[in-house]
Amino acid sequence: MIRVVLPVHLRTLAAVGCEVTVEVTGAPTPRSVIDALEARFPMLQGTIRDHVTQQRRPLVRFFACQEDLSHESLDTPLPDAVIAGAEPFLIVGAMAGG
Amino acid sequence: MSRVRVLVGTRKGAFVLTSDGQRSKWDVSGPHFGGWEVYHLKASPADPNRLFASQSTSWFGQLIQRSDDGGETWAPVGNKFTYADGGPATHKWYDGTPHPWEFARVWHLEPSTTDPDLLYAGVQDAGLFRTKDGGQTWQELPGLRAHASAPNWQPGAGGLCLHTILIDPVNASRIFIAISAAGVFRSDDAGATWRPINRGLKSEGIPDPNAEVGHCVHRIAMHRSRPNVLFMQKHWDVMRTDDAGETWREVSGNLPTDFGFPIDVHAHEPETIYVVPIKSDSEHYPPDGKLRVYRSRTGGNEWEELANGLPARDCYVNVLRDAMAVDSLDPCGVYFGTTGGQVYASANAGDRWAPIVRDLPPVLSVEVQTLS
Repeated sequence: MIRVVLPVHLRTLAAVGCEVTVEVTGAPTPRSVIDALEARFPMLQGTIRDHVTQQRRPLVRFFACQEDLSHESLDTPLPDAVIAGAEPFLIVGAMAGG
Repeated sequence: MSRVRVLVGTRKGAFVLTSDGQRSKWDVSGPHFGGWEVYHLKASPADPNRLFASQSTSWFGQLIQRSDDGGETWAPVGNKFTYADGGPATHKWYDGTPHPWEFARVWHLEPSTTDPDLLYAGVQDAGLFRTKDGGQTWQELPGLRAHASAPNWQPGAGGLCLHTILIDPVNASRIFIAISAAGVFRSDDAGATWRPINRGLKSEGIPDPNAEVGHCVHRIAMHRSRPNVLFMQKHWDVMRTDDAGETWREVSGNLPTDFGFPIDVHAHEPETIYVVPIKSDSEHYPPDGKLRVYRSRTGGNEWEELANGLPARDCYVNVLRDAMAVDSLDPCGVYFGTTGGQVYASANAGDRWAPIVRDLPPVLSVEVQTLS
């Protein structure tokens, strides 16, 4: 079970609280976590990854364990602490716009 | 007792303003989708309780929301706008170089007049999409971008946006769309094929002022009773056609400036039209700091100033292209929203104005429903 923290606008959209959990089959990676997240909350499709390219939207960031994972491959395994449930995977709206 | 419902899209959410037929006391609900840009909301004429909203941000992309209870509750529907295969790979960028066609947002939603599940969406980069299932899935009508001119379309300052969609109320196979800065196109086969209808437009800002394509059309408007008569606010110039776009002629007449964005038609007088003159293309505010609507009762050329109740000094707001609408009560109500967050209403066809709200976020769009 992976803990995922969503930015406030996506919490509102999905009608959930700050943190949700998703079940991931196989090795947990950003891609598999987002796949599971979108399967559970279909309204999030297209908001984190572009519909066409399936790449992270430019103003969305992925953090975990005080590290910025945004520029890693979507298939990079998540940190052990995230897999163990000790730390959440954070999906963050980038600070931009002044 | 009739009621009106004013649907306001802003930079930071949507607002729904409601009143009875007197249009003097208003209830304000919102913000809906707070913090998101809402470029447009529009109701289905076939089911007045069905509303659609285009919601977007640079962070999280495009959403379409639908309400089936007049705006009380909303739910997201489909947001996948994928250009059809086989279209042009690029259009021209501001500097004239090729630029990939990229979806940015939905500018305008146009519901069918008869089918509550049928809806068109005009998007940036310019394309026309349609849903037949109430917004769950969207398909591009590829014939528009198949036009030979498409690789040469170039964006206006706001982007290469398809911002106006008019469906002929008599012949639903006839659709007009406008793109900034390509011009007006017409389909006579329900969107399968298109041709530009810009003859008579003259734009000094492009290499060939009389070009078939390349004009920065800001908005077009139609009266339901005369679908072959269209009125246009162009980048500069107010224009009209009496033959469904085959030829256009200028009707700017005595306007203090013929630059502006919105244009609309009185609900019961097809020769009565409204514009909001803006100083220039580089100074997007009213001339002399005086916010004024201009009305022509002669289909153009002769214009009268409508200033009663509007700011007479120190006003430097803009009124964007989709931010004016009329109701169908008698007398006709006219509404517009400003980039300063005011929504003004006139319950007497523009003779007197009063703000419904003064401090909303910048207003992007205004639509009105007249409810029985």
